[in-house]
Amino acid sequence: MKNIFSTHLLNNGLKVMLKEIHTAPLISSWIWYRVGSRDEVSGHTGISHWCEHMQFKGTPQFPPSYLDRAISRDGGIWNAFTYFDWTTYFETMPAEKIDLSLRLEADRMVNSLFDEKEVASERTVVISEREGSENEPIFLLGEAVQNAAFRSHPYHHEIIGDLTDLKSMNRDDLYGHYRSFYIPNNAVMSVAGDFNTTEMLSRIQELYTQIPAGIAPARVARPEPAARGEHRLTAEGPGETAYLDISYHTPAANDPDFFPLTVLDSLLTGPSSLNMFGGGGISNKTSRLYRALVEKELAVSVGGGLVATADPYLYSVVITLNPNHTPEEVLTAFDKEIVRIQDEPIPAGEISRAIKQARALFAYSSENITNQAFWLGYAEMFSTYDWFLNYLENLSRVTPADLQQVAQRYFRPQNRVVGIFRPTGLEKK
Amino acid sequence: MKTMNRQSLPGQDDITRTSLSNGITILTRSNFNSPSVVIGGYLSCGSLFDPDEKLGLAAFTAEALLRGSRKHTFQKIFDMLESAGASLSFSAGGHTVGFTGRALVEDLPLLLSLLADSVRHPTFPDEQVERLRAQILTGLSIRAQDTADMAAITFDQILYGRHPYARPNDGWPETVQSITRRDLVEFHHLHYGPRGSVIAVVGAINPGTIAEQVEAVLGSWHNPSQPDLPALPELKLLKKTVTQKVRIQGKFQTDLVIGSSGPRRKDTEFLSASLGNSVLGQFGMDGRIGEVVREKSGLAYTATSSLNAGIGPGSWDVSAGVNPSNIQKARDLIVQELTRFVDQGVTAEELSDSQSNFIGRLPLSLESNAGVVGALINIERFDLGLDYYRRYPEMVRAVTPEDVLTAARKYLHPDRLAVAVAGP
Repeated sequence: MKNIFSTHLLNNGLKVMLKEIHTAPLISSWIWYRVGSRDEVSGHTGISHWCEHMQFKGTPQFPPSYLDRAISRDGGIWNAFTYFDWTTYFETMPAEKIDLSLRLEADRMVNSLFDEKEVASERTVVISEREGSENEPIFLLGEAVQNAAFRSHPYHHEIIGDLTDLKSMNRDDLYGHYRSFYIPNNAVMSVAGDFNTTEMLSRIQELYTQIPAGIAPARVARPEPAARGEHRLTAEGPGETAYLDISYHTPAANDPDFFPLTVLDSLLTGPSSLNMFGGGGISNKTSRLYRALVEKELAVSVGGGLVATADPYLYSVVITLNPNHTPEEVLTAFDKEIVRIQDEPIPAGEISRAIKQARALFAYSSENITNQAFWLGYAEMFSTYDWFLNYLENLSRVTPADLQQVAQRYFRPQNRVVGIFRPTGLEKK
Repeated sequence: MKTMNRQSLPGQDDITRTSLSNGITILTRSNFNSPSVVIGGYLSCGSLFDPDEKLGLAAFTAEALLRGSRKHTFQKIFDMLESAGASLSFSAGGHTVGFTGRALVEDLPLLLSLLADSVRHPTFPDEQVERLRAQILTGLSIRAQDTADMAAITFDQILYGRHPYARPNDGWPETVQSITRRDLVEFHHLHYGPRGSVIAVVGAINPGTIAEQVEAVLGSWHNPSQPDLPALPELKLLKKTVTQKVRIQGKFQTDLVIGSSGPRRKDTEFLSASLGNSVLGQFGMDGRIGEVVREKSGLAYTATSSLNAGIGPGSWDVSAGVNPSNIQKARDLIVQELTRFVDQGVTAEELSDSQSNFIGRLPLSLESNAGVVGALINIERFDLGLDYYRRYPEMVRAVTPEDVLTAARKYLHPDRLAVAVAGP
C-alpha cells in the first residue's frame, strides 16, 4: 500500500504537508509555529507557553468550552506543546470529522480573544504547573544546569518561564506575542491519515488562503560563546536520593555531527526514539553506562537525551545514584566510560545494533497516525522534512572513526556542566 | 472520502481464541499494516499472595524474572532483546502479574522463548537480587517524596482499611528489606504456573502460527501446586469522612485525592458509572471538575476524576495538585461538585456528549497493535465476549441519566469520603 506524500506552499506563505495513510479511519492534523522559549527575553520568559494555554480560551466563533466539547463528542483528541524552537497544536479525529480541526486552527491563528479574566485565571494555572514541576528534584537540577549552560543564548531559561515573569506579564504582552508570531508565513501545517490529497488541499486552501501574511518576526540571535572550562553546581532539596546531570554542549540538529552524537547516545545510554505518541521504548540494560554504573551498583538508573534543536543545545546524561555512593565516585566511573569511548576502537557491530534499534522504534511508532503527522512537521521546525527522511540513512553512514572524533570533540570536561542534586535528608519527626 | 484495507473493530470473526491443555488462553488478531508484533498478558500470581511482613514479594519476584534463567544470564537476555530492538517487561498487580513485549515480527519466536524461559526457569542469582533490591528501595524512597504517589497510597489506605487492596503492591522499605532470595524462589515455585494465564498477540502474523509458537514454548508447562487466589473479604464502607495528611517537607505543591468506593468491572453499573465519571471529571478538558477547579478558579493545572474498576471493589476519586494555600478551597469545590453529582446526576445533553465520546474514540484507541492487545486482554480478564467492541456502541447508547444517577448514589457518598492530602 502506497502512502501519497506532497508539500504545498500557499500564497500567504503557509506551508502544507500532506500524507495519505489508509490503515485506520483517522486523520491527524497539526499546525506548527516557529515560536518557542528561545524567542523570549528577560521579563517575558514563559510567554510562548502561556500563549499556547490562551489559544484554548476561545474566539468569537468558538467560545472556550465549545471546542473541547465538539472534539470530545467526536471521539477526537487535541493538545498543544511549547518547546524551545516551536509551538504546535494538533487534533486527531475520526476521518469524517476532521473539518472541525481545519476550521478551528484557521480561526485561532487570528481570532483568539485573550480575555482579561481568562488571562488572570490561566496565570495561576501556569504557576501551578510550574509548582508541580518544582516538586521533582530532576526538574530543579535540570533547570539549574540549563541556566548555567547558557549565559547569552535564550535556551537559558525553562520553557515554562521564571515565576517572577509569570507573576508580572499582562494581557497585552501575551496578545502582542500572539499577533507577532501566529501568522501563516511563520507556520507549517502537517496532516496525515485517511483522506484524499486533492480534496484535503482544496479545503485547506479555502480556509487558510484568506489569512493575510504578516511580517515574519526576527528571532533572538545571541549565540552562546564557547564554554571556558567545566562548570559544576549543586542543587539541594529534601529526600534521600542524589542525582547527577552531566550536560555537554552539542551542535544543532542540522550539523553533520548530530548523527554520530545520536549513535553515541545510543551506545552510552540506550536508544531514544523521535516519536511523541505511543510505540514504547527499548530498555537500555546493555548500554555502556548501564553496565558501568548500574551493574557496578554505583547508580540505580541512567538515561540520556539529545535534543534536535535549531541552535546548539545540550546532550544530557541523568543518573539516579545508589545511596551507598557519592556523586564524585559516580562521576569518576562515568568519566572512565567517556575516555573509553574516546580512546578505544568501537566495534562496528555496536553501530549496526544502534541502527536496528532505531529502525524498530520507527516501525513501532508508525502504527500511530498522530505520530505520522507529528513527524511531517517536526523536522521543519529546526531543519527540513528531508532531515527526517534521511535520518536512518545518516545514522547508517556513521563510522567508528566518526564516533571517536565526535566523542573527543564534544565530550570534554571544558565543554560541560556537571549538576549534582544533593538530598538534604528527611525531616526529623 | 475513499478508504481501503483498514481495520474494523475487533470481533468474533477476526479474533482467534484458543486454549492449551495446561490452561493457557491465547488470543490473537492479525494486522498486516505494520511490521511489528505486540504481546501482552498475565499470570495469576499477584501481590494478593504477599504476606503483610513481606509485602512487595510478588512485585520483587516479577521484576527478578529477567535477571537470569537456566539458559541465559541477565546480560545475555537483554543483549538478545535489545539487539533485536525488542522489549519485554513484567509488573505485578494485586491479582495478576502482567507482561508486555514487542518486536519486529521476525523476532516473535525470540520474544516468546524469552517469555517462556523467564516465567518457567528463572534462577534469581544472588548478586542480581541484591542489585534489584537496591533499585527497588531507591524507587520507594523517591515514592516517599512524591506528593501524587503518597496521596494515592494514603487514599487507598483510608478507603480500603483492612481490605487487602489497602496495601501498595510495591511494599514498604522494611518489608522489601526482609525479602530473601529463598522467598523469591519459593514464591515462584508455588505460584507461577499456566493455570489462569492469558497471552494476547497482535501483529503481522497468522493466528495459527502464533498458537503453534506459544504451544512450543509454554505447552509443556505445569504446576500442580498453583493455589487459588485467596478469597477477598467484604469491603467495609466508611461511616464518616476520614481525612489523612502526609507531610512532605520542602515541596511546592500539594496533591489531593478525594473519593469513595466504586463498582467492580463486571458489575452491571460499571458502564453507567464510567459514563458518569466522564461527565464528572474526564470529558473535554476534564469534565465538571476541570471546569470548576481549573478553568473557573485557576486553582490547579491537573484536576480530574477517575473510576478504577477491576476484579474486586473499585474506587471512584477526584485528584488535583494545588498550591498549599489553596487546599481547603479546592477540597470544598470538589465536595460541592460531588454533592451536585449525586443530588442531580447528569443532564441528557452531558450524557449524550460522553456517549458520543466513548463510541467515537474507539478507532483511535484501537489503531495500534498495543491498543488491540489491551482490548483483547480486557475481553478475557472480564469475560466480556469476543463481540464486546462490536456491541459496545449499542451498550453505551442504552445508558440513561437515571442509570448514571443510580450508580452515582450507590457509590459516591459526599458525607463519607476518603480524603488524602500529601504535601509540605
